Amino acid sequence: MISTNRTLSASSQSPRSPSSQPPYLSVSVTDPVKLGNGVQAYISYRVITKTNFPEYQGPEKIVIRRYSDFVWLRDRLFEKYKGIFIPPLPEKSAVEKFRFSAEFIEMRRQALDIFVNRIASHHALQQSEDLRTFLQADEETMERLRAHETGIFKKPSDLMQIFKDVQSKVSDVVLGKEKPVEESDPEYEKLKHYIFELENHLAEAQKHAYRLVKRHRELGQSLSDFGKAVKLLGACEGNSLGKAFSELGAKSETLSVKLQKEAHQLLMNFEEPLKDYVRAVQSIKATITERANAFRRQCELTETIKLKEINLNKLSLIRSDKVGEAEMEYNELKAESEEATRLFESIVRLMNEELVQFQERKTLDMGIAFNEFARGQARLANGIADAWRSLLPKLEACSST
Amino acid sequence: MGSENEGFEEAHLYASREEMENLVLDDPLNNNDNDNNSNNNNNNNNNSNSSINGKSYSAYRSAMSSLSDTHHPLSSPILATSAESDPLLSPPRFRDLRNPNAPESSYIEPPAYSDVIFCPFEGDNVSDVNGVESPSRNSDFSGRFSRSPSSSSSSTSSEYLKITVSNPQKEQENSNSIVPGGNTYVTYLISTRTNISDFGGSEFGVRRRFRDVVTLSDRLTESYRGLFIPPRPDKSVVESQVMQKQEFVEQRRVALEKYLRRLAAHPMIRRSDELKVFLQVQGKLPLPTTTDVASRMLDGAVKLPKQLLGESTVLAPHEVVQPAKGGRDLLRLFKELKQSMANDWMGSRPAVVEEDKEFLEKKERVNDLELQLSNASQQAEALVKAQQDMGETLGELGLAFIKLTKFENEEAVFNSQRVRAADMKGFATAAVKASRFYRELNAQTVKHLDMLHEYLGLMLAVHNAFTDRSSALLTVQTLLSELSSLESKAEKLEAASSKIFGGDKSRVRKIDELKDTIRVTEDAKNVAIREYERIKENNRSELERLDRERKADFLTMLKGFVLNQFSGGLGNPNESPTRGALGREACALLHSWIL
Repeated sequence: MISTNRTLSASSQSPRSPSSQPPYLSVSVTDPVKLGNGVQAYISYRVITKTNFPEYQGPEKIVIRRYSDFVWLRDRLFEKYKGIFIPPLPEKSAVEKFRFSAEFIEMRRQALDIFVNRIASHHALQQSEDLRTFLQADEETMERLRAHETGIFKKPSDLMQIFKDVQSKVSDVVLGKEKPVEESDPEYEKLKHYIFELENHLAEAQKHAYRLVKRHRELGQSLSDFGKAVKLLGACEGNSLGKAFSELGAKSETLSVKLQKEAHQLLMNFEEPLKDYVRAVQSIKATITERANAFRRQCELTETIKLKEINLNKLSLIRSDKVGEAEMEYNELKAESEEATRLFESIVRLMNEELVQFQERKTLDMGIAFNEFARGQARLANGIADAWRSLLPKLEACSST
Repeated sequence: MGSENEGFEEAHLYASREEMENLVLDDPLNNNDNDNNSNNNNNNNNNSNSSINGKSYSAYRSAMSSLSDTHHPLSSPILATSAESDPLLSPPRFRDLRNPNAPESSYIEPPAYSDVIFCPFEGDNVSDVNGVESPSRNSDFSGRFSRSPSSSSSSTSSEYLKITVSNPQKEQENSNSIVPGGNTYVTYLISTRTNISDFGGSEFGVRRRFRDVVTLSDRLTESYRGLFIPPRPDKSVVESQVMQKQEFVEQRRVALEKYLRRLAAHPMIRRSDELKVFLQVQGKLPLPTTTDVASRMLDGAVKLPKQLLGESTVLAPHEVVQPAKGGRDLLRLFKELKQSMANDWMGSRPAVVEEDKEFLEKKERVNDLELQLSNASQQAEALVKAQQDMGETLGELGLAFIKLTKFENEEAVFNSQRVRAADMKGFATAAVKASRFYRELNAQTVKHLDMLHEYLGLMLAVHNAFTDRSSALLTVQTLLSELSSLESKAEKLEAASSKIFGGDKSRVRKIDELKDTIRVTEDAKNVAIREYERIKENNRSELERLDRERKADFLTMLKGFVLNQFSGGLGNPNESPTRGALGREACALLHSWIL
C-alpha cells in the first residue's frame, strides 16, 4: 500500500513537511508570542533556519516574523513562479474571539511551519530570493517590504494590469466576444473539472472531520457531567451502592479527560491535514486562473500582432516614413508575444510536473492522517476499555457486601 | 481487509432479514425458541427498538429512529430491514424476542465473568419470568421486582404473570352519534399467561380500551392506599386526529404494556381483584368507573344542605376508609381542612401526630433521592445523545470518504490517486464500522440507564403513598377533635339538664341523639385509626422493598452499563475483552498501514 518512502522529518518539523537531503535547508516556526496591545495585538513567531546553501548568510539564522510576513512571501512567490502550486497558508481568523486561543495559535503555527518547509524543499521555490529575504532579513526591512506590498496603494504595474484587464474585457464585449478565450485541451478540461469537484468533496470531508472533533469534546463533557451526577446520587444512596455509584462517577470523569485529549489529537493530526488538503486544492485553482490569464494574454497578443502585421504591410505600401516606427512597435509586440507564449508554455509544463508531485504527496499525507486517526481511536478505545474494566471488580465487591 | 469483512457482514444481514420475515408469522403467544446470536440481529433490534422505546425521552427516540434514517452504502441491507421493522406494519416485539437476552449475554459478558453469579440477562432466559420477551429493559426491571435480588441468576420464581399488549384496533361507539363515524376509540388485546392458581386459567385475553386502564388505576389507588402503585400512562390531550395516528397508538400500546407489567410485578397488586378482573373478564369492565364522580357531585350537592342544617353530620365508618373527595364529601372536606389549618397555624397539637421519626427521615431521603435521580437521569440522556451524535458523525465522515473514493477512482489519472482511493476506502469502512459500534453501544446504554428513569417514575408512586398516609392521618385527627367537641357538647347538655328538676324532655332527647352520634363517630374513629395504621404498615414494607430492590437493580444497572461500555458493540465474545470493537477496527487498520 503505502511505500516506506514516507520520510518523517526532524523533530522540530511536523510530520507532513518533507525533509531535504544535503544540501539542506530546514526551517522551523516556533515560539508564538503575543505582542502589542488591544486591537493591534498580534502573534509573532520565531523562525529558525538551518542551511548549507551557499546563497545564505550562514549556517543558522533566527528571525522574528508575523503572519502578514508569511502572506507577503506567498504573494511574492505566486507572482514570480507562475505554474507552480504555491504551498497554502492557513486562513486569517474570521472570528475575533478565537484569534488568540491557544488552540488556534498552535494550529496556525503548525500550518506556517509546514508552509515554509514545503517551500524550502521545493526544488525551484527554494532558490527564491524572496525566500532568502524572508528567512534572513531583519525585522525593519521586513516591515518595510510588508507594508509596501500589502498597502492600500498598489504598485503601478499592478494598476496597469488591472486597467488592461478591464480594457480587454470591454473590447471583448464590444467586439461581441462575450466569453473569454479558453483553452480547448480536453485533458486540461478534465483536470479543471477534477480540481473543482475535488475541492467540494474534500470540503465536505473536512467539515465532518471538524464535527467529529466537536463530538469528541461533547462526549467528554457529557461524561464529566454524568460522572458528577452519579457521584451525587451515590452520596445520597450511601453504603455499598453509594460506593459503586461514586466509583462509576469517578471513572466517568477520568474518561472525560481522555476524550478531550483525543479530541485535540484528532484536530491536529486529522482535521488539520484535511484542511490543508483543501487549501492546497484552492492554491491549484489560483494557478489555474493564472494559466487562463496567461493563455488569454497570449491569444490577445497573437491577435494584436496579426492586426499589426496587416497594418505594417499597408503602411509599407502607402507611407514609408511611418514604416520604421511601426516596424519597431511590431517588433516590440512580437517580443512580448513570444514572451507571453513562453510564459504560458512554461506554466503548462510546470503544472504538469507539479500535478504528479501533488498527487503523490497527497496520497502520502492522507496515509499519514489515516494512520494517526487509527492510532488515536485505538488509543481511545483501549483507554476506555481499560478504565471500565478496572471498575468491574470494584462493582463486584460492592454487590457482595 | 475491509472488503472481506463487508461481504461477511452483508451475507449475515440478508440472512437475518429472511429470519425476520419468518418470525413475523409466529404466533404472538408462542415463546420463541430462536436462539440466534448473530450480530446483525442486534442491528435489527436496534431498528425495531426505535419504536419500542416509547418513553418520552426525545433523545432516546431520535437515537433509535436515526438508525433507520441514515443511509450507509456499506449497509444497505440494514436500510431495507429498518423498513420492515416498522412496527406499524408488523409487530416488532416478535422479532426482538430472540434477540435481547441471548446475544446480549453473549457479548456483554466476557468469558471471565460467565461463571460469576452476576448474569444480568441470563437469569431472564432461564426463567420464563415477566419481561423475557420484551426487548424493553423495563420488563426486565419489573421481572426483577418479583425475584429476590440475592439469587439473581438461576432462581426461577415458581409463579409468573406475563402480560402482553397487542393488536390495537379501532372500534366504534355503539351510541348514535350525530357525527357519522365519530366516537371511534382504540382497543388493545391484553393477553395474559400465568400459572397463578387464583386466575383459574393459564392463558386468556381480553380487549380493553384506555379508559378501562384509567378505571383500573383509579380503583387500585383507592384500594391499596399506602402502597407504591406504579403510575399509569398519561391521558393525552390531543385531537382525535392524532389519537388515531399509528405512531400515537403504538406509543400508547408500549406504555400500556409497561404499566401492566409493572402492576404484575408488584407482589400485592398482582393478586388484587381489580387486576384479575381487568385481565380476565370479557366484555365490559366490571369496575365502577370514575364517571361516578358526576353522580357523586350530585349526591354531594343534595347532601350538603342536609348536612349544613345539622340533620346528619355523621361520617359513616365505611367512608372513612377513603380520603375526602370532592362531591359528596364536601362537609368532610371542610372539616378536615379546618383541622389541617388548626394543625398548621393555630399551633394546637392534635391528639395523634406523625411520630415516626424513622419515617420522617426516610421521607427526607426519598426526596433527596428523587432530586439526584432526576439529575442523573438528565445527564444520562445527555450522555446518550452525545454517543448517538458521535456515531452519526462517524458515519457521515465515512460516507464522505466513500464518495471521495469513488470520485478518485473515476477520475484517476495517476496511480497515486488509485492508491489514495484504496486508502480512503479502508478508512471509510473503519469509520462506518465505528459508527455502528457507537449505535450499538448506545442501544445498550439506553437499556441500562433506563433504570434511572424507571425509579424516577416510581417516585410519583412513593409520593402518592405518602399522601395517602397524611390524608389518613388528617382524617383521624379530624374525627378525634370532632369526637372531643361532641363529647364536651354532651357534657354541657347533661350538666345543664341535670339542673332542671324532673328532666328536660327536649334536652334529654338531644342528649340521646348526641350519644348516638358519638357512638357512630367513635366507630368511625376506630376505623380511621385502623386504616391509618394499615397505611403506615404499607408504607413501611414498601419502603423496605424499594430499598432492597433498588439496590439490586442499580447494581445490575451499573454492571451492565460498565460491561457494555467496554465490550459492547460488534464484538466477538470469545475475543479478549481488552479492546473495544472500535479499538479492534482501528488496530486492524493500523496493521494494514504498517505492513
